[in-house]
Amino acid sequence: MRSFFKTKTAIALALSVAAGTATAEDVEVLHWWTSGGEAAALNVLKQDLEGQGIGWTDMPVAGGGGEQAMTVLRARVTAGNAPTAVQGLGFDIIDWADQGSLANLNDVAAAEGWDDVVPAALQQFAKVNGEWVSAPVNVHSTNWVWANKAVLDANGIAMPETWDDFVAAMDTLSAAGITPIAHGGQAWQEATVFDSVVMSVLGPDGYKAAFIDLDADVLGSDGMKEAFDRMSVIRANVDDNFSGRDWNLATAMVINGDAGFQMMGDWAKGEFINAGKVPGEDFLCFRFPGTSEQVTFNADQFMMFDQGGAVSAEQAALATAILSPSFQSAFNVVKGSVPARTDVSNEAFDACGKKGMADLAAAASSGNLFGSMAHGHANPASVKNAIYDVVTAHFNGEYDSETAVQELVDAVDIAK
Amino acid sequence: MSIATQDTAIRTGRVMRTLIYLVLLLFVLFYMLPLYVMVVNSVKPLEEITGGGMMNLPQVFTLEPWAKAWSSAQIGVEPTGLSPYFWNSIKMVVPAVAISTVLGALNGYVLTKWRFKYDTIVFGLILFACFIPFQIVLIPMAKMLGLMGLAGTTWGLVLVHVVYGVGFTTLYFRNYYAVFPTELIRAAQIDGAGFFQIFWRILLPSSGPIAVVSIIWQFTNIWNDFLFGASFAGADSQPMTVALNNLVQASHGVKEYNVHFAGAILAALPTLLVYIVAGRYFVRGLMAGSVKG
Amino acid sequence: MALSTNADFKTRLQSWLPKLVLSPSLALVLVFVYGFILFSVYLSFTDSRLLPSFGWVGWENYSKLWRLSHWEISLKNMGVFAALYIGICTMLGLGLAIFLDQKIRGEGMIRTIYLYPMALSFIVTGTAWKWFLDPGIGLENVIQSWGWTSFEFDWIKNRDYAIYTVVLAAVWQTSGFVMAMFLAGLRGIDNEILKAAQMDGASNWNLYRRIIIPQLRPAFLSAFVILSHLAIKTFDLVIALTGGGPGRATELPATFMYSYTFSRNQMGIGAASATIMLMTIAAIMIPYLYAELREKK
Repeated sequence: MRSFFKTKTAIALALSVAAGTATAEDVEVLHWWTSGGEAAALNVLKQDLEGQGIGWTDMPVAGGGGEQAMTVLRARVTAGNAPTAVQGLGFDIIDWADQGSLANLNDVAAAEGWDDVVPAALQQFAKVNGEWVSAPVNVHSTNWVWANKAVLDANGIAMPETWDDFVAAMDTLSAAGITPIAHGGQAWQEATVFDSVVMSVLGPDGYKAAFIDLDADVLGSDGMKEAFDRMSVIRANVDDNFSGRDWNLATAMVINGDAGFQMMGDWAKGEFINAGKVPGEDFLCFRFPGTSEQVTFNADQFMMFDQGGAVSAEQAALATAILSPSFQSAFNVVKGSVPARTDVSNEAFDACGKKGMADLAAAASSGNLFGSMAHGHANPASVKNAIYDVVTAHFNGEYDSETAVQELVDAVDIAK
Repeated sequence: MSIATQDTAIRTGRVMRTLIYLVLLLFVLFYMLPLYVMVVNSVKPLEEITGGGMMNLPQVFTLEPWAKAWSSAQIGVEPTGLSPYFWNSIKMVVPAVAISTVLGALNGYVLTKWRFKYDTIVFGLILFACFIPFQIVLIPMAKMLGLMGLAGTTWGLVLVHVVYGVGFTTLYFRNYYAVFPTELIRAAQIDGAGFFQIFWRILLPSSGPIAVVSIIWQFTNIWNDFLFGASFAGADSQPMTVALNNLVQASHGVKEYNVHFAGAILAALPTLLVYIVAGRYFVRGLMAGSVKG
Repeated sequence: MALSTNADFKTRLQSWLPKLVLSPSLALVLVFVYGFILFSVYLSFTDSRLLPSFGWVGWENYSKLWRLSHWEISLKNMGVFAALYIGICTMLGLGLAIFLDQKIRGEGMIRTIYLYPMALSFIVTGTAWKWFLDPGIGLENVIQSWGWTSFEFDWIKNRDYAIYTVVLAAVWQTSGFVMAMFLAGLRGIDNEILKAAQMDGASNWNLYRRIIIPQLRPAFLSAFVILSHLAIKTFDLVIALTGGGPGRATELPATFMYSYTFSRNQMGIGAASATIMLMTIAAIMIPYLYAELREKK
């Protein structure tokens, strides 16, 4: 009995002490960055917070480019214990903001001046209905082509600047017995290529009308049919084993000189670097022919979930740390992407990274920066996946371009 | 009839026996093939794999991937490897398997030996529950766990696995006890044995084989479950599969296939152990039982 | 214990005890299964997208569902997949169990080898299968390098055949477990009857056909329930092996449901597809269970 009494007083004491000192709460972070470099970079963030006395509870759930984490998030929110901060992409952030689940970061945004340094196209996904709800970490751009320089040189191919150049280059490689394009047959990879193709055929206005405004006339236009025709040309220049291949194995084909080109986002660079290749010497990075002015992007962010104000200070600290120039630089050097704010020094970046930063700044100021359809930054998940269905079915030869255009209009209509 | 496994009355000729051995060996090969791919690739350096020799034996043998998967691979922000998650899984699996198997055995016992009006309907209801797609369970289950205060805890996961496992364990035991001679039960009843006494003394000792089937099934399903583990676990109770998934599904990073395969085999070791250990009782249980003449 | 009131209480308790023992399971199932099914059916008539919401939309989700060509594909795939998977696993499981029941040397080892695929999660095994089936690096490549250059095995890359590779991997995973269930059943059969029949000069074939296999009825029931349940829930396998591809050629209802409910934020349509799946399962299972369980009386 006495010992029971003792424990009780001890607990009471501990409670009163805790209440008195107002120690910082832990932040629980749900994310899907579990591969070596990404996670190590995230660890920098963790240590930064710990230096401020804020504990970090890690909740990693990888899979499906974040889809798995989004499923978990829904279970967590339904159960009434949303994590403090959650990695999020594009329209998912807008959806959660519309549910009223996110915290308001306007105070810290004003203090840190985010409005001035984060590109407007990106702000659309971080500042919903006038409220900052999430902190962007990076900007990936998806309209890149990666090429094996030795293969190109050996076949006398210069960096293609137009679609016709590109077709000629593919023909040359075919004739030389090299697979022109390394491609992984997964719906999102086909959609990534489709993004660039549509941008090059329809131009920025057409891209916006089709994928962002979901204009049925543009979706069903002859230009769209031309885009599908070009997808068929690309399909004809892909080896027969493409189906189901992981993107990084396709990259390995370019690295090993089995293939000439790969259309993939800037994360592919990590594979080249990891294989000991040097940008500009061993491999080339350039924008998809016909889209040199434009950048299609997707950006990782951390949305802050409203906890009734209980962790507002910690969330602000986390958001500030994420958007600090030093973290933006350190993280994006590792990730292959570019900083989410345009005022970060490019010193630490390699040639492709520097080009990426310059392109982003130029595109942002000339209105040529657009969210990527393939990566959930042009339209909601339902529409995105509906477009995937059509693009992948067409690419796999289920129907011709004519039918594909019809199916596209229908599918988008059902999903809207 | 001698002892151990030689317990069938069927006799076969020599040609037939050779044929049987051949077929059995052929299937041994079939079942081993993917394991070959996994083991071979788990002891190679990564360059050999991405270089294209996925089916070849390793040129350079290394256990590095195994060590990495266990203790230093990146699972979250910290390079912890799979080891910390191992105990989370054990803490969840053992109670869940035990509870669901005991419930299943008792249910099977009641449904076959203490029959009552509408008992088949009750069994049908429990059985049909096996078919509920987990996709539709997720959201309402999250709500219920939240209401019960079990969200993000190991006990919440145990509850979930018991609920969706009890249909199977009931099915196994009911079908097994169905052919158990009811006369033995009646005789024991006349001797004054109670409900639990009969179960304990008469049915349980001969339940070896089916208990093994039930435990293997439950252990495997619960150990390998990802969806519930990911959705309902907290940061300190995430099971092994979630960690394995984090190891394997690295979105935009370099895929270390050798580490993935090593991790997958490591993650499967407890289940394999259950198979090997339980497999013995599979036979022993039969010998002790009173079903056999 | 000799007191009569006590004894009276005891008998009454004894008569209630069985139902008491059964009730927790039944309660759990009623709430967590049937309650949730009702909830899901209700959701299928609402405008739920990201999270459940309760705006009534009538049959709209169902009409949208039937306009989706890949819902039809997934249903067709389900038919092919379930029939082949259940059929092959049952036959293979029974066959292997009978063979293994012939006083086989090293039975324990062989049994473990047959069973082990169940132990491995498809999160990774899928990759091993994917490589093995890949014509560029797997079986086709190996056999061609052995000199049989015309050998072709590219099912996984072929829209019309890819579903069979899913069947193959699924059979690989569970047929061993089915074997174990049949083996448990075989071992439970009374040898005296067999010996008597053998004395009467019955052949092995007839012994199996007339006496043994009919006695395995409960094992068949278990196998059928287990296999159909697995067939319906096949999800990880498809994701890991083909990702639903090539194109959408290997999409199954489970992947469809998951994708609409969670990836596509169209929970209403996901719930509608779940409702249709459940009704289909009920239409097949209830008559089967009814026939199977009634006969027992």
